[in-house]
Amino acid sequence: MNPTNPNKLEVKQNPPPPELIHSLRLKARQIRRNVLLMAKGKGEDYVGQGLGAADILTVLYFHEMRFDPHRLDWPDRDRFLLSTGHYSIVLFATLTELGVFPPEELSSYGADGSRFEMSACETTPGVEITGGSLGHGLSQAVGMALGSRLSGRKFRVFNFLSDGELQEGATWEAAMAAAHYKLDHLIALVDINNMQADGKTSDVMTIEPVIDKWRAFGWHAQRIDGNSLEELLIAFQTARSIQNQPKVILCYTLMGKGVPLIEQKPKAHFIRVEPHEWDFALRQLEESKV
Amino acid sequence: MSNPQTHRGFTAAMSVSETVEETLTTVEKPFGHALIAVARQNPNIVGLTADLGKYTDIDIFGQEFPNRYFQMGMAEQNLIGVAAGLSRVGYIPFATTYCVFATRRAYDFIAVDIALGRANVKIIAGLPGLTTGYGATHQGIDDLALMRAIPNMVVIDPCDATEIQQTVPAIAEYRGPVYLRILRGQVKQVLDPKTYRFELGKAKLLRQGRDLTLISTGLMTQRALQAADMLKQDGIEAIVLHVPTLKPLDQDAIIQVAEATRTVLTLENHSVLGGLGSAVADTLCMAGLSVTMAKIGIPDQFVECGSIPYLTDKYGLSIRHIVQTAKEILSWRK
Repeated sequence: MNPTNPNKLEVKQNPPPPELIHSLRLKARQIRRNVLLMAKGKGEDYVGQGLGAADILTVLYFHEMRFDPHRLDWPDRDRFLLSTGHYSIVLFATLTELGVFPPEELSSYGADGSRFEMSACETTPGVEITGGSLGHGLSQAVGMALGSRLSGRKFRVFNFLSDGELQEGATWEAAMAAAHYKLDHLIALVDINNMQADGKTSDVMTIEPVIDKWRAFGWHAQRIDGNSLEELLIAFQTARSIQNQPKVILCYTLMGKGVPLIEQKPKAHFIRVEPHEWDFALRQLEESKV
Repeated sequence: MSNPQTHRGFTAAMSVSETVEETLTTVEKPFGHALIAVARQNPNIVGLTADLGKYTDIDIFGQEFPNRYFQMGMAEQNLIGVAAGLSRVGYIPFATTYCVFATRRAYDFIAVDIALGRANVKIIAGLPGLTTGYGATHQGIDDLALMRAIPNMVVIDPCDATEIQQTVPAIAEYRGPVYLRILRGQVKQVLDPKTYRFELGKAKLLRQGRDLTLISTGLMTQRALQAADMLKQDGIEAIVLHVPTLKPLDQDAIIQVAEATRTVLTLENHSVLGGLGSAVADTLCMAGLSVTMAKIGIPDQFVECGSIPYLTDKYGLSIRHIVQTAKEILSWRK
């Protein structure tokens, strides 16, 4: 990195090949379709977050992570930690697309007795930690990253957080420790959609200038459009090239991305979709270019 | 009652262990040495602390195994979360801080990151109850209640150096979350290491009797044994059942000793709410046993700064209180 001004850091990366973008785009659409099928008919749930974060999980699970869907307990796998347990919808949608779960199970999301719980619990295969009580993921990611180094297995650890979650003090305890231990195999992804339970994050408790906060804590920080597969791919490539410090990718996303009907609804922690709107939403997704 | 004329103690800022009676053998840093011994055998054992390595005796583990020792700074939530992360990739973390900081500050992290998925983390907590004169911020008076309430937790309050030395390998062997209180620094040796054997989840009958049953945990067992000696001088034969593991509780042993005398006095270095006394009362009530019972422990209040003997006597945890209360509950039966 540039020793004189770390904030001016620019790492030039080659543009990702168009065929990679194309294949990932198809996967992302399929994951969004799974999200809609899971949420269909259920009214208020996390469909907005699921659609918004679909591109991030697509790039992670279909490109960036060392992950074998047939060996969920592979000790050398990269770890994906979903701090934000309520984003379970997009994790299960992704794991279903990878063949971990049968597609018939999608509709059980949120049903009594289903392993597709509204908030992801580690009792479900493929779920590394129990998220939901926010601010817990990054500390566990630090622990796993220390374990990765100590064991010499050299797996990487990805922690998915949300912007509202940055209000939890524990996140910053962990951020300090990650930089202290120079955990350059730890990558945090923050989904910044400016929405939390009580309203807009900027109204509830401002987190901006968020990139400065991470840099002040000793992290390499990038700010990207989290719905751009190209930007995600380049950001991960850049992150790989940085050593001796943990990395964060601040992913600014649009809730409901890919389905104009949901994109245009009034933003809330729970976006309400009426029973008659689901089929229209699915048609919109098929017709979209996302 | 406290008497200022007889207690001229001072809060000892640098004191790291209880006042030791000269007649007793002590062991230095029993937890730290025991951890080093098991870590030599098991390379998966790692140590963590939150700026209290020197004061929880894990510092010597860090000197022995610098690569396996992680300083987390003053951040208990992170301490617990990092320990959970290490356990999820195959390590056996021993994470140390004080009882108050582990249980009050990091409660949600213990519940969700560790207990829920039965992570193999051992939480090692110093300054239980009135073993510090630092006042309410440092005295762990409610930690046993808090830890007992979390599903899947094993909760242990050892009596002395002998038991700490034996508990460490036992919990390293046990796969699952454990909360262990420790005594630190120069720790008294009361139980005979040649004959005493700690077993996870088992109560130990230390003394037989016929008039009264003392059920104790932690360092209060030291006082229970001394109180039993004094009661004997007055012709009162007391059973002493030591219950190091509060959860899972050895209910059979408790019911058996309670039935033997029908007069029960529980003793704990903890609030009288939610700890051993409550657990024993629950057990006996649910078993349909009618007994005369009293609880010795810290009253339901915060405790101020002061010297340990002063506080112990003021709050009713001293041997003379045990003897006095024992005689009192025996008189209720007459």
